[in-house]
Amino acid sequence: MAKANMALTKVPMPERDPKERATCFEEVAIGYTSEMAQEEATRCLGCKAMPCVNGCPVGVKIPNFISKIASGEFEEAYDIIKTTNSLPAVCGRVCPQESQCEGKCVRGKKGEPVAIGRLERFAADYVRANGGKKTAKAEFNGHKVAVVGGGPAGLTCAGDLARLGYQVTIFEAFQAAGGVLMYGIPEFRLPKQIVQEEISQLKEMGVEIQPNMVIGKILSVDELIEDGYEAVFVGSGAGLPRFMGIPGEALVGVCSANEYLTRINLMKGYLSEYDTPVIRSKAVAVVGGGNVAMDAARSALRMGAEHVYIVYRRSEAEMPARLEEVHHAKQEGVEFLTLNNPVEIIGDENGRVCGMKCIRMELGEPDESGRRRPVAVEGSEYVLDVDTVIMSIGTSPNPLIRSTTKGLEANKHGCLVVDEDTMKTTKDAVYAGGDAVTGAATVILAMGAGKKAAKSIDEYIKSKG
Amino acid sequence: MFKIVEKTVLNPSVIKIKLDAPLIAKKALPGQFIIFRIDEYGERVPLTIADYDREGGTITLIFQIVGRSTQRLATLEEGDAILDLVGPLGVATEIPEDAKSVCVIGGGVGCAIAYPQAKYLYNKGLQVDVIAGFRNKEIVILEDEFNKCSHNFYICTDDGSYGKKGFVTNALQEQIDAGKKYDVVIAIGPIPMMKFVSKVTKPYNIPTIVSLNPIMIDGTGMCGGCRVTVGGKIKYACVDGPDFDGHQVDFDELMRRGGTYREQEHECRMENYKNS
Repeated sequence: MAKANMALTKVPMPERDPKERATCFEEVAIGYTSEMAQEEATRCLGCKAMPCVNGCPVGVKIPNFISKIASGEFEEAYDIIKTTNSLPAVCGRVCPQESQCEGKCVRGKKGEPVAIGRLERFAADYVRANGGKKTAKAEFNGHKVAVVGGGPAGLTCAGDLARLGYQVTIFEAFQAAGGVLMYGIPEFRLPKQIVQEEISQLKEMGVEIQPNMVIGKILSVDELIEDGYEAVFVGSGAGLPRFMGIPGEALVGVCSANEYLTRINLMKGYLSEYDTPVIRSKAVAVVGGGNVAMDAARSALRMGAEHVYIVYRRSEAEMPARLEEVHHAKQEGVEFLTLNNPVEIIGDENGRVCGMKCIRMELGEPDESGRRRPVAVEGSEYVLDVDTVIMSIGTSPNPLIRSTTKGLEANKHGCLVVDEDTMKTTKDAVYAGGDAVTGAATVILAMGAGKKAAKSIDEYIKSKG
Repeated sequence: MFKIVEKTVLNPSVIKIKLDAPLIAKKALPGQFIIFRIDEYGERVPLTIADYDREGGTITLIFQIVGRSTQRLATLEEGDAILDLVGPLGVATEIPEDAKSVCVIGGGVGCAIAYPQAKYLYNKGLQVDVIAGFRNKEIVILEDEFNKCSHNFYICTDDGSYGKKGFVTNALQEQIDAGKKYDVVIAIGPIPMMKFVSKVTKPYNIPTIVSLNPIMIDGTGMCGGCRVTVGGKIKYACVDGPDFDGHQVDFDELMRRGGTYREQEHECRMENYKNS
């Protein structure tokens, strides 16, 4: 191996200029060139213990693929990633690497960790740009499995099972598979073309996708089993958006981040040739501090809002959003009102939003989450001048499957109950994973759950003989 | 793709189509809805299912041309197909088990949804009265159909050009005053109509079911666009409804929120007009 590159910082990611990108939906991060990727790859020490791999929910063989990039064997690098990860171009872009693989990287102890995510993305983009790679179809092993929901959990589960020879059918409620990758994460972070190309590779492997199929309505889980599917994986995702329960949430101009983002992403409301209406705003308040809030805020800027505020009741240190997203949002001009909490949305005589009353907060003692509890500062109310309010304070799991499937237990939050080692639900032959089990979490955690479930489903079906 | 196997123009702005959709036809029940999308560029639009034929594998939609999507749907002919159709969504209408006498009220194109209710209940052997209201004679729809599935059928028009002059609320009040006892009233039509029908039945404590059709994207409980306040609580029309207790619904709020995209819809129509 060539001598390690001991630079303390990552090779910087080329990015579109903040002023330019705040007006368009083109991808913000442009991606490494081959030279940049090879240079960054030589920062990997190739540790024998591979702590990074332990940090990856789908167990990508990180040092192995990075060493292939270092030696210029980009296709080989891609092949290594693909043995455990069905969606590398997606993961390279949206995984929170800082708290997973890169968080465990030895180089991170002094300086920045190796840019594992950027390298994963590079390998996937390189192969795609060079004509892609045919994915081999495994020989049919005689067994059928149904997957409910075509999001990250379902796609991963389907990919792993297809690789083992199962005939897998994904039942997707929307017109296109992808789940949050299609409806939630915006084009400027994750181009939809890339998502669809990774999904079409699953199709090449024999995975069948049936869109417009709401399981629990058109067919029940029991009917799927009667139809000959020997196991069912439920990855139906997060559901009902939460609202705060403050006065004024029913005014015109208040919507959930799910609705706002779905109109823009899945339904392409930012393109004039599409019929989708999207609220046109001058000043927008996005309530919440997670990645979804950042996506909604940055989308609002691109839709032409002059002022976009993030209104968050804790301080920036407690924000659940990735640092990179917060940084990008600030660069583009999103204004952060941390330690501020909405108390009322104010409407004009036509019932449209014309302001949001907020109260300032300060941090008190730590609460049960370990974060310092925000406490209202008495008498500090003021009115923020906005015409749109986007609520981004989380979701609760989708009720459709649990309410229509006998024997499927959920906890008090509505999350499906599973055995954490096998992802098996309380119903025979039914497995579940992703947000339907955890409540709103990340793409890669859902993928990890899908992977675990695929392994259990394989063991279960084989054990039946 | 979902093929249009039959198309009938009911009045200048209301059209009936039958779509080939065997899986949906197999499961659909009165009160449930579908979401359609004409093509890649179309919106996702919810419409309540007007009828279904389990053997023939078709569902029937009756729609009024109000915005860009319904305008475009109206241009399709028999043999054409739409790209996406998802359903049956929502909870089927539930009426009290011991109900024996019901009054089904339809307003305008809402009659399209009132009709399957009347038919279903009539075939189940209940006493069914139907009150159908229209602005004028030109837009009367489904008269023969209602005649076949009701014991008493009252038509009224706002201008008196057909049937009795007046609103459905007047007709309902007349029946109540005449001593008719209804166990349930089902009202489907414009929001103000449902609001005022609920006001009429309230003093008599007649359970009143209304069918709402708010803004909606996914229809599966994800976007929250269809939230309505019912009895002071947030409910989602797509998974909790679309039927709700008319005495509990905040109709004024519903009406306001329904206008969220009206300006953009208007721009759309102006553009079509200019291009035509």
